Amino acid sequence: MKNVTCDVAVIGSGPAGLAAAVAAHDQGAEDVLLIERDAGLGGILQQCIHNGFGLHLFDEDLTGPEYASRFIAEAEARPIRQILRAMVIELNANRELLAVSRNEGLLHVSPKAVVLAMGCRERPRGAIALPGFRPAGIMTAGTAQRFINIEGFLPGKEIVILGSGDIGMIMARRLHLEGARVKAVIEIQSCIGGLSRNLVQCLQDFDIPLYLSHTLTDIHGAHRVEGVDVAPLDRHGKPDLSGSFPVSCDTLLLSVGLIPENELSRQAGVRLDPITGGPLVDQHYQTSVPGVFAAGNVVQVFDLVDHVSTCGTTAGSSAARYAAGEIAAWDDRMCRIEAGKGVRAVVPQRLTADRDADEVHFYLRSGSVMRKATLQLSNGGNESLFTKRFRIVRPPEMIHVAVANGDFIPSKSYAASLRGEIT
Amino acid sequence: MDIVERDGELVFPKGICRRGREYARREIYNPCRVLTTTVPLLGGEIAMLPVRTSKPVPKAKLIPAMREIASITTTAPIAIGDVIRADVMDTGIALIACRNVAAK
Amino acid sequence: MNLARTDVLIIGAGAVGTALARELSRFEIGVTVVDRLNDVGGDASKSNSAIVHTGFDAPPGTLESAMVVRANPMYDDLCRDLDIPFRRTGAILVAVTQEEEAELPHILAKAQANHVYDVTPLTAQQVRELEPSVTSHVKAGLHVPRESIVDPFLLVAAQAENAIENGAVFLTSCEVLGLRRDHDGFYAETTRGEIRSECVVNAAGVFADTISGFLNIDDFKVHPRRGQFHVLDRAAPLGIEHVILPVPTPITKGKLLTPTMHGNWLIGPTAEELEDKSAHNTTTEGLAEVVEDVRKRVPDVTPAFAISQYAGLRPVREPGGYHFRTFPEFRGYLELSGIRSTGVTASVAVAPYARRLLADMPVLNRVKEKGRFRLKENVVAKRKGIPCFREADTKTKEALIEQDPLYAHVVCRCETVTEAEVVQAIRRRPGARDWDGIKRRVRAGLGRCQGGFCGMRIPQILARELGIPLEQASKKGAGSELLDGRTKSLRGTS
Repeated sequence: MKNVTCDVAVIGSGPAGLAAAVAAHDQGAEDVLLIERDAGLGGILQQCIHNGFGLHLFDEDLTGPEYASRFIAEAEARPIRQILRAMVIELNANRELLAVSRNEGLLHVSPKAVVLAMGCRERPRGAIALPGFRPAGIMTAGTAQRFINIEGFLPGKEIVILGSGDIGMIMARRLHLEGARVKAVIEIQSCIGGLSRNLVQCLQDFDIPLYLSHTLTDIHGAHRVEGVDVAPLDRHGKPDLSGSFPVSCDTLLLSVGLIPENELSRQAGVRLDPITGGPLVDQHYQTSVPGVFAAGNVVQVFDLVDHVSTCGTTAGSSAARYAAGEIAAWDDRMCRIEAGKGVRAVVPQRLTADRDADEVHFYLRSGSVMRKATLQLSNGGNESLFTKRFRIVRPPEMIHVAVANGDFIPSKSYAASLRGEIT
Repeated sequence: MDIVERDGELVFPKGICRRGREYARREIYNPCRVLTTTVPLLGGEIAMLPVRTSKPVPKAKLIPAMREIASITTTAPIAIGDVIRADVMDTGIALIACRNVAAK
Repeated sequence: MNLARTDVLIIGAGAVGTALARELSRFEIGVTVVDRLNDVGGDASKSNSAIVHTGFDAPPGTLESAMVVRANPMYDDLCRDLDIPFRRTGAILVAVTQEEEAELPHILAKAQANHVYDVTPLTAQQVRELEPSVTSHVKAGLHVPRESIVDPFLLVAAQAENAIENGAVFLTSCEVLGLRRDHDGFYAETTRGEIRSECVVNAAGVFADTISGFLNIDDFKVHPRRGQFHVLDRAAPLGIEHVILPVPTPITKGKLLTPTMHGNWLIGPTAEELEDKSAHNTTTEGLAEVVEDVRKRVPDVTPAFAISQYAGLRPVREPGGYHFRTFPEFRGYLELSGIRSTGVTASVAVAPYARRLLADMPVLNRVKEKGRFRLKENVVAKRKGIPCFREADTKTKEALIEQDPLYAHVVCRCETVTEAEVVQAIRRRPGARDWDGIKRRVRAGLGRCQGGFCGMRIPQILARELGIPLEQASKKGAGSELLDGRTKSLRGTS
């Protein structure tokens, strides 16, 4: 077994990991290790061949691979050690990790700081207990995306998609363009789960039927999917079987939610936020375990990759500073930031006392669609630390605000809340 | 956004910025979309090359363009921006590579 | 269609048929096992609660009781010899109402009547000490220390491997379409040809009536009783180590919660009397019923913990009970029907019992000596499973990679399964021919993401190892192919 030491080890070379590795190096970490399980860098971006990336960061409309290439070029222009085709299988609270690499066998890595950037995975069928048979032809939308865009295989010919999250809508378009018949996109909520632009460019452009407030009640076909039963929801949110109708298909794609990849976080004893499913982090993106940082979708599922890159940059440079002894672990002078009324989740959830930056960037999700919404950050009293108004907020569209760092009082708790007209 | 056409002119609601107006005009009169897809790649580290139209193409040409692209195969090495086909479906718009791929 | 010949034809490669095949393979007897499915493991035998029962709650004085009570102690040696995942977790019956509490002494008495003497009563406090996650409303309980858990598929597959090692033949995708007896033996017509044998053993589970029916033995019927289950995430904060049993009713053992050998938990089963022997589908109502019932004993359980669901069909015989029957007019025919609920457990005791029944019949004289079967020389008694990368310590992991570099290629992230294990799963005899076969042998695709990550790699490895085109790689045999054509195949058709 090889033993490797380094200043900063970054797990995952998607947008978060690439940004983190580059930032760690630029912050002065001499030895940065980038560990990636695939054969090349770029992570999930390489299968996201659609455009819409980089509008904020580069003021350009890039495809996933093009966006990735910008950061890959940055990484390759620096002496960052890449270990490809290597899966990290263990991480402990001392930041020691065990990876198994096709090229080098077992690797034991002892970094001074770690950045978790493994991204997220999709909720499978079992997590929503979809009833029916268990035939071939059921997979998550992201798996289908990989099949088509990386491997060049179509999952099937007649498709039904459950869930109108971005991945579901993107795949509806992709499959349609490749000549498959996309017969329906089924969404349990009363509005789409992804960005409005995707509703237009993925579904409406191609007249792909969208059924809001509907769900699946059965899956037919013992060997291969033969069809599904779709039912509207009644006023109580339960399937109204009297309105059920069959849709024949040979493939069912599931786009029913993303969950941060937290296997390694758990192993290391990192404290998780039950709402996001990812680690609790402070403004440096450090977790509860000293020297373990987390960035990108592994913290919470972002909707814009531009924010993921920014987050990765912060985490990476903070990890380098930790390795240099410049950042301390959490202590009880920390502030807590909680999701209050109207807010589903807020990141970061902690603020440590050392206030090096002028501003803290918060990323929040609203709990429902609200017009004329007011976002407030307050500490329980009537005083509000920060206020901002929005014309409309929607759960799929993350809210990003910058708040002056100096206004937070050590060891106090703050709640982020949203008030407005709920539609 | 609710837009009304009056006497051949579009009337926008108040407060829409210039970018928004331009977007709306295009969407109504000549909606265009960037087409992104993959083409098989021979001799490279990966099997499928992601490609895109360098600019948005008229919506109506998307499916015909896909049919045209279906006959394309390309060979590594590839650099981002390499022109895979100079003119897609007589739009004057090129199909370009989105990824660097070394030869195997 | 060629005519294969064997001494004993066993119909059904589930727990009973396979255990019998292994038993018989120790002797100088030609054994052939056929199964209509494309893998061993059977039907009910692989989709159950994976519990090895003590027999404490079997109907006392029955053949079932005798078989289960006899079988339980056999598992330690068997699982050690054949490297089968097995653990004596013990079970706790949890009474949460006064009615249930009043039942406990009767259950205790029943256990004694079944010769299961190590069941002890527990107070509510003792239950909670053993398992803090049990509801605070618990009134009392019973401890059944030898109730255990096993990997039921590997139980069967390991015995099948061992049987094959000792000369038995297994033919999968081989459905028996007809059976008749002639003056010189039985003729079974199957989808893979005709098989002639001197003896036929009916171990066909839910299709036992169909097989006996070919011989016009139609004094019983078998219908399926569906049991639906949820599989809970290994990371679920339950911390439960015992099997948690409800107070049983006459129809079923109720909805239990059990740890599995792989760190998950199972909750279930429902008990739905059906007619359709292929109704392996789950239902919203059934799955909800499971959660609701289990929460009475373990309130922390929620559907959010589930990573997958499945349904198994238990074969219910009417008239009921274990029936091991021979028929004077069909010399050499042994019907093993009515085995259910405790079938997996009992199978290892049914095997030697059935072997003696065969020895007592006036058949197979060619291979008998003084009325008994001749033991083979050089019987292979042990079997090693596929070395598991995930559970190995670091040194062993290194050694595995050293021996086989494919152990460094992790294919299934959630279960940390390597390519080496997937390849071995395919190359074993009987080996995996499809994704489900791989899943059952080495767990790839069984974890949290349910095949999201390994979705492409598994079909690629299957195609390579089996020498088939990628489009033929299937989930569970022909008709369940995983991939369509290449992307270009559909272009130009819309």
